Amino acid sequence: MTTFEEPAVIVTPPHTLAPAQRALALIGGDLTEKSLRLHLEGLSGVDAVGLEARASALGTRSIKNASKVRALDTIIGLIDLTTLEGADTPGKVRSLVAKALAPDAADPTTPRVAAVCVYGDMVSEAVRALGSSHAVGSDSAGLNGAVNVAAVATAFPSGRASLAVKVADTAEAVVAGANEIDMVIDRGAFLSGRYGLVFDQIVAVKEACRRADGSHAHLKVILETGELTTYDNVRRASWLAILAGGDFIKTSTGKVAPAATLPVTLLMLQVVREWHRLTGERIGVKPAGGIRTSKDAIKYLVAVAETVGEEWLTPQLFRFGASSLLNDVLLQRQKLSTGHYSGADYVTMD
Amino acid sequence: MTFLDYAPAPESTAILTLKPSYGLFIGGEFVAGRGSPFQTISPATEVPIAEIASANAEDVDDAVKAARLAYETTWSRLSGADRGKYLFRIARLVQERARELAVAESLDNGKPIKESRDVDIPLVAAWFFYYAGWADKIDHAGLGANPRALGVAAQVIPWNFPLLMLAWKIAPALAAGNTVVLKPAETTPLTALLFAEILQQADLPAGVVNIVTGAGSTGELLVNHPDVNKVAFTGSTAVGRAIARSTAGTGKKLTLELGGKAANIVFDDAPMEQAIEGIVNGIFFNQGHVCCAGSRLLVQENVHDEVVERLKLRLSTLRVGDPLDKNTDVGAINSRAQLNRIRELSTVGEDEGATRWSPECVLPEKGFWFAPTIFTSVSTSHRIAREEVFGPVLSILTFRTPAEAVAKANNTPYGLSAGIWSDKGSKVLGVADQLRAGVVWINCFNQFDPASPFGGYKESGYGREGGRHGLAAYLQAADTNSVATITQIKKAQSK
Amino acid sequence: MTRLAVTKTYKLYIGGKFPRSESGHVYEILDSNGAFLANAAKASRKDARDAVVAARAAVSGWSAASGYNRGQVLYRIAELLEGRRAQFISEIQHSEGVSEAAASGQVDAAIDVWVWYAGWADKYVQVAGNGNPVTGPYFNISTPEATGVVAILAPQGSSLLGLVSVIAPALVSGNTVVVVASALAPLSAISLGEVLATSDVPGGVVNVLTGLAAEIAPWLASHGDVNALDLAGGEELDWIELQQLAAETLKRVRPPEPGIAAPTIERITFFTETKTVWHPKAMI
Repeated sequence: MTTFEEPAVIVTPPHTLAPAQRALALIGGDLTEKSLRLHLEGLSGVDAVGLEARASALGTRSIKNASKVRALDTIIGLIDLTTLEGADTPGKVRSLVAKALAPDAADPTTPRVAAVCVYGDMVSEAVRALGSSHAVGSDSAGLNGAVNVAAVATAFPSGRASLAVKVADTAEAVVAGANEIDMVIDRGAFLSGRYGLVFDQIVAVKEACRRADGSHAHLKVILETGELTTYDNVRRASWLAILAGGDFIKTSTGKVAPAATLPVTLLMLQVVREWHRLTGERIGVKPAGGIRTSKDAIKYLVAVAETVGEEWLTPQLFRFGASSLLNDVLLQRQKLSTGHYSGADYVTMD
Repeated sequence: MTFLDYAPAPESTAILTLKPSYGLFIGGEFVAGRGSPFQTISPATEVPIAEIASANAEDVDDAVKAARLAYETTWSRLSGADRGKYLFRIARLVQERARELAVAESLDNGKPIKESRDVDIPLVAAWFFYYAGWADKIDHAGLGANPRALGVAAQVIPWNFPLLMLAWKIAPALAAGNTVVLKPAETTPLTALLFAEILQQADLPAGVVNIVTGAGSTGELLVNHPDVNKVAFTGSTAVGRAIARSTAGTGKKLTLELGGKAANIVFDDAPMEQAIEGIVNGIFFNQGHVCCAGSRLLVQENVHDEVVERLKLRLSTLRVGDPLDKNTDVGAINSRAQLNRIRELSTVGEDEGATRWSPECVLPEKGFWFAPTIFTSVSTSHRIAREEVFGPVLSILTFRTPAEAVAKANNTPYGLSAGIWSDKGSKVLGVADQLRAGVVWINCFNQFDPASPFGGYKESGYGREGGRHGLAAYLQAADTNSVATITQIKKAQSK
Repeated sequence: MTRLAVTKTYKLYIGGKFPRSESGHVYEILDSNGAFLANAAKASRKDARDAVVAARAAVSGWSAASGYNRGQVLYRIAELLEGRRAQFISEIQHSEGVSEAAASGQVDAAIDVWVWYAGWADKYVQVAGNGNPVTGPYFNISTPEATGVVAILAPQGSSLLGLVSVIAPALVSGNTVVVVASALAPLSAISLGEVLATSDVPGGVVNVLTGLAAEIAPWLASHGDVNALDLAGGEELDWIELQQLAAETLKRVRPPEPGIAAPTIERITFFTETKTVWHPKAMI
């Protein structure tokens, strides 16, 4: 048995309003390029030094004993176990899925990860490999051992393709059984101030997430914060992605450095908290790339718990996009249960 | 159990080896005091930590004599470079014993270990490093060539940052070539006595630093001793005023670091998330036992409700409790007397019609505790908006224009510090210019650095500590007339 | 038959005007031989109060003026003094009983001191201020600025040079001044007031009180709206008591300084407050 309780199912699905309505409800008036720009540029600024100091202070929390056991299992249950290589094969994906279902071969009490994250053409292989453990719909990851399949789409990682290609990319993955779509925004458009274009593309991709039964695959919007560079940009892009209908905002593709950092993630959590304060809706956050150790991941849990609250520590509202993190968590978990430090040979490669 | 109920993470006290009783440190030795000894207790548990000697008039006289002797026979004859080397040694030893000092500080003072570990003790080491390097460069202190030390410095420090205040006092005094008699606060003598052991380890010549413990009366004896040349005091404005009176006409050079009632001004164009953090840091850092605490929050009226709502959310995540737990944000109030004062002023705040709010938090039964508290609907005439509470109590007022913010911020006899939160460059610099305060933190708060002068206007005291200015406070020009360059004046004087 | 002289009654200089003492009292100024020179107003505590009010009102304008501007205004005073040499020499000769050459030397020196201090107005901040290399991503700067209203007891002996040597340094940084002139030789002080009144120095920046320092000084030392006290010429008074009175509001107090205060930058910075400003620095 794991020591943590089953996460509660969230009360308010974040997509009860169509994107345009949701944006209008907040901005008011007409939803034009100009009104969008005025809104985004009117957001309060971010002081980098203060943000980083706060992130660093959260990083000094000392998580011991029972809290640590609980933290490690929580981390596993929030991982999007990821393989995004040009060299990915069906065999590699099957191996990834096996690891997702039984992360620690020696300890069946180990929780499963939230999702596997693959390229679109690998979705069907992942779905097949998961079999009955493949989650139904979008909100059941983590419940009764169900695992989601997330697909990166929209000409990941650069996003440099026509909207038609992005939409087709998305729709194909959804049809193949992806529960979640990780799209990238057009950073070029964002950095040149064409916020309306970014907005419209997110809306279109969100529409492409619609399944035959009318429900949606969850949409994670990757901001690629390493290319946005400034915290003010990250704040605006987060806000824009939420206005346009994103269910999750995600830091990075993992292909650009820096990927996820604690200050950037904290900033995105602050945006999500603010959105919740204003609308009552809960939006998810996914730091991805660069989080390799349990120690780092725990800092993220602390940031979530002390910024938006513990209720966000469910697969529906928080994810780690990571691959090597899982094994470090397993090593730490073994240490806690045996009292001895473990070694790399005692966890499986993938 | 929820994730946020972090399991206890106590800092181990095993590293700390304390003696059951401590004497006075005079002439390089621990000696018995002739006053009645007293207990220093942990304010978090009220458990006694050690017995501390109390210095009477003869003890204080012995200490001043030891300092005078050391000044005349040893310290004033050393080269600046050698003085610097002793200070460098002390800095290193502080770093090496940092964890032990942090534990002792939190035990004796009640402040959270994360603050003593991450703020107080690192700054202590930094202060000695910074002034160590000045010791052989005092020609550049701004007083012309060959400035002279003053002689014996009497230094009296408060209980809010015990070892850090010691460093602020001793490091520049020794760098400039003075010898020292220091009196730590009655409730927090412990780290000063551990510091005396460090001085023995550093082999500092006997008598260069002497530490006399005791109550306020010991401090009074020290500052009024006829053979001291310099008095440096950090503490309340009432005591500072008494010292200014009693040293009048004596020629003792005086530095006073007194109370404050800092305005923390939040404009509607502030980086709001950081402003909320800055407000919290400004008043709840060190339980609000900070002379420069941002205890008066001035919020632009159009964002008042938002700021208060967000502030309350943030306060709900503060952890109040065991100072030695690494996850504690707010520790114990330093003494029962201080707790009573905070309680009294908070009651006055309610009686005057302000609205009081604290997050839900369970306070330990033993020890001295006060929940983080904010007051809204505060007027400038309320006592909680004028008097220094010196505790975790924030008064929130509003303003409509920058000019009104400045007027309200300056409307106090104090003038130690202020905060400004806005992303508009011209406005923050313009407002900073208008504020009558010695330290102005823009988009930050409670930042300290040995290279940065700190000190107040008006009744917050005089003189600066830190930086070149802090060094100059312990020096006199070689020849006060040396700057006179106009020969005609000399001629006129001779006639 | 000799012409009957027109004797002058010297009045106070407060807020740019020349009022009589509120008390209505005057006292006789005698020359060095004991002969009558003139009547001077004998300032009361209420005159001192009015002078502080005028000085306080002038602080914001004078201290907000640029250093360049204050420097020019102060330099202009030197120009005007130069033009009134004869009057000052004559007054010094009569009241101090010195030779014309000595009086002339004192006027020269006083003018040169004005010029020396005038030049500091746009420079002392650079010399006394600092950029601070703090550990952390912060812009950090310390700069001195005027402390506010400075009450000064002028030296009793040297009536013009002594006076100028204590007033000018306080003015450089933007302080305003209430000065109690030499009781025995106040003529230069009042005449200086007349010079200031026709200069570009705003009313209230310098206020001159004549009379007995022993009567006026305690009211200035204990006044809540005075920021600093220069006891320069107070060595004959119970100045320790004055310092104790000043302690009640923690004024900056400068002890008596017999003779003529030498021109130093320290005399400027003594009446300033150092303000340290922090601001974060970041590229992102």
